[in-house]
Amino acid sequence: MSSKDLILGRIRAALGDTAAPDVPRTYRRAGTQCADVERLVDRLVDYKAVVHRGSDVAGIVASLEPGRLVVPPGLDPAWLPPGMATVEDEHDADAVLTAATVAIAETGTIVLDGSPDQGRRVISLLPDLHICVVRPDQVVAAVPDAIARLDPRRPLTWISGPSATSDIELNRVEGVHGPRRLHVILTER
Amino acid sequence: MSTFLGMPTTAPRGVGHLRGDESFPDAARKALGNEQLRRNLAHATTTIRGKSGAVIAELPDWQELRSAGSALKAATMARLPELLERLEENVTAAGGVVHWAADATEANRIVTGLVEATGHRRVIKVKSMATQEIGLNEALEAAGIAPVETDLAELIVQLGHDKPSHILVPAIHRNRTEIRDIFLREMPGVDPALTDDPATLAAAARRYLRETFLSTKVAVSGANFAVAETGTLAVLESEGNGRMCLTLPDTLITVMGIEKVVPTWRDLEVFLQLLPRASTGERMNPYTSMWTGVTPGDGPQEFHLVLLDNGRTAVLADEVGRQALHCIRCSACLNVCPVYERTGGHAYGSVYPGPIGAVLSPQLTGVADNASLPYASSLCGACFDACPVKIDIPSILVHLRNEAPHPRTERIAMAAAAYTMDHPALYARAQHAAKLSRHARRLPRPLNGWTASRDLPQPPPETFRDWWAGR
Repeated sequence: MSSKDLILGRIRAALGDTAAPDVPRTYRRAGTQCADVERLVDRLVDYKAVVHRGSDVAGIVASLEPGRLVVPPGLDPAWLPPGMATVEDEHDADAVLTAATVAIAETGTIVLDGSPDQGRRVISLLPDLHICVVRPDQVVAAVPDAIARLDPRRPLTWISGPSATSDIELNRVEGVHGPRRLHVILTER
Repeated sequence: MSTFLGMPTTAPRGVGHLRGDESFPDAARKALGNEQLRRNLAHATTTIRGKSGAVIAELPDWQELRSAGSALKAATMARLPELLERLEENVTAAGGVVHWAADATEANRIVTGLVEATGHRRVIKVKSMATQEIGLNEALEAAGIAPVETDLAELIVQLGHDKPSHILVPAIHRNRTEIRDIFLREMPGVDPALTDDPATLAAAARRYLRETFLSTKVAVSGANFAVAETGTLAVLESEGNGRMCLTLPDTLITVMGIEKVVPTWRDLEVFLQLLPRASTGERMNPYTSMWTGVTPGDGPQEFHLVLLDNGRTAVLADEVGRQALHCIRCSACLNVCPVYERTGGHAYGSVYPGPIGAVLSPQLTGVADNASLPYASSLCGACFDACPVKIDIPSILVHLRNEAPHPRTERIAMAAAAYTMDHPALYARAQHAAKLSRHARRLPRPLNGWTASRDLPQPPPETFRDWWAGR
């Protein structure tokens, strides 16, 4: 007998005729709240992300002096400062510039899904500075709204502030293995 | 049906870390003598209670989320065979390989075999309770494979040749100065001028592990959730070590308890709100990675999922105790427990300490192998209030106390007490006799076990009957 059959048999024997209860979904469901961009900014800043607002993405990127920059293949070329060269290999990059798929106001979270303007997961992981561009129509109110928009079959990375740890005396300290600096550019449209 | 065909079975002895070397009272007495430990724990648990309380108060629907989470878990358990088969189908369809492990020994054999098949001798690990439970690191080392823990707290435990003492923060028993001393002693290439500033310590771990992340081809992880409907796995973390392990290597092996499955993608909207706020006291943990099988050109191109029983089906067979399987490993119950706060996690002997450990460990191993743990509680109920999925831990503790073997002297004393209370004249005489013991603090042998950790209650100077008679 396979271990699968053994385990499934054990589970059936353990359960007997246990019935599944109904799940009360009386919490705030998707679509019940308005997305509040000001709340998103507040929550991003609270977790030590730096927020920039405005539509001159290239200008903001240039002002951050990102150094050696890596970008995903499908990034909007207008976001790159004129004349700024990019590197091919994320191992050599100081910074990465990506788009996002969804941003959650209530938790200060941005989600990347590996689309061409966000790239492979590793490019937003190795560089020390992550610059992420979020459009207003990508901002949702809360976690259920994000779940409703996301495609689970894509590789998803939920990011809430820079890399951090609570492992030393349970105090949050920013800056461990992921990018130590997270800058979010909120465009006007 | 023959009995071996699907009889729920407890976790085997001699492998893994579910059983301690001594009973809880003995281990707790030693821990209570360690003042540094008590200071570290009081500081850390006070900090986390404050943070968690503040972010939970921000959500107007916290109680509704708890109710949904609780019902979702119960509904999942009731449909577990169907959901696990669905998960296997969807992981397989997305390019992953699913393995079933009846116990710790089989899980260790599967993972070791998978690593050996890659030809590599080192694996990077994301913090995982399941792999701690089965003693995977020891099994890998025995096969000549080096497991490298990459979570900061796990790294502190591994470098300090120590044992984890908390579900979320395994090095909670260490303060910053002790951590600096461990790094100075054990971390190759560390700056000898290292200070005990937490940010500096985190930076030291970043430098130490970066090359290992980039050069290791195999990773082992646990999983917080697995979605049956889509085959999606989720790991919640903070540091980015999880992202490194889940995206850089060629091969990823995930070990997951069978109870971690959730029915649908939408169900994550409940747990992703409950878990971070209850565990680290954050609105959201810094990083959550979700993946479904293999994504061509992005991340590991070989993915294995090992589904682990190791006593879980025995827990499921107990109608009162099975809700311990609803646990999402947030550790809120540890952080509010007056017993845990004073004894720390090592006293529980198992990788699952605190209130949830006191109900989970004895059920996974069979109560006889962890008979003192159901008593490692004052039944104050703080754990029940703190649990984001409303596990009624106090009721399970009482239930398990009834399952645990009771000493003969206790049974005789209880029978004698019952007989006495049934006979009014005897009872009156017993009350008068009790007054003679007014200056006693401890019971004589063989009843001294009862007064080993509590004072003998003082009988009143006058009984109610005497007062009534003399009125």
